[in-house]
Amino acid sequence: MEAVQPNVGFVFGLFAAIIITAALLVVTLKNMFHCALALIVCLSGVAGIFVLLHAEFLAAVQVLIYVGAVCILIIFSVMLTSNLASRQIVQTNQNALVAGFASLMFGGGALLLLKMHNIWPQAGPALPDDNVMTIGKLLMTDYMLPFEVISVLMLAAMIGAIVLARGESS
Amino acid sequence: MIYYLALAALLFAIGLFGVMTRRNAIGILMSLELMFNAANINFVTFNHYLGGNGMAGQLFALFIVVVAAAEATIGLAIVLLIYRNWRGIDADNVSIMKW
Repeated sequence: MEAVQPNVGFVFGLFAAIIITAALLVVTLKNMFHCALALIVCLSGVAGIFVLLHAEFLAAVQVLIYVGAVCILIIFSVMLTSNLASRQIVQTNQNALVAGFASLMFGGGALLLLKMHNIWPQAGPALPDDNVMTIGKLLMTDYMLPFEVISVLMLAAMIGAIVLARGESS
Repeated sequence: MIYYLALAALLFAIGLFGVMTRRNAIGILMSLELMFNAANINFVTFNHYLGGNGMAGQLFALFIVVVAAAEATIGLAIVLLIYRNWRGIDADNVSIMKW
């Protein structure tokens, strides 16, 4: 594990550049379909960040659920609302200046706070290697109730989406 | 660790910009996904550096992923319904709940 340490900074920089560039494309491109593709790139980069942070299971979940499911869902919606995706129409509203200023203030303020209170440790303790096994055990013991609640929420969302999208044909 | 937190803050700021400037409802949902991911990066970073041997941060991130998926499902269903009724998904035009 120590042999790969010197490269972590470079890999992190690469992933960070990919994420920030793709995220900027997501919020600025005019064609919604291209935005969805940029979102896929961005979320894959976040999966890479999770691998760097030794959260391999979460990286796999990220690829499966976000890249595999949510992005496909978004692309389907973009295609179903096709008259908005195909034409090159203005996709932003009038408060772009104000919004840009506000998010610049937020981002700059957050960075400044991070810089001012530099109490963050450089390296963390080693996490257990059997990532998946630990998470599985925790889900079945300590986090049983949240797990069941989230399952019910997922089921409710599924049924709700079907009922909403079916329309009034019944 | 500070670099991960800075990355998350930048990603959140970009998502915030997208939510405020997009007219297209699908665009707003995509920017929301960016913000969810920024929060997830924060959770996993704190879990890795300050969590000791625990896994609570990763589990919370897992639950956030599931909630985001549910939110995207419902949100896109509502978007399709709006599109069917208004022939467009411009979020500024949908104001029947306003008075």
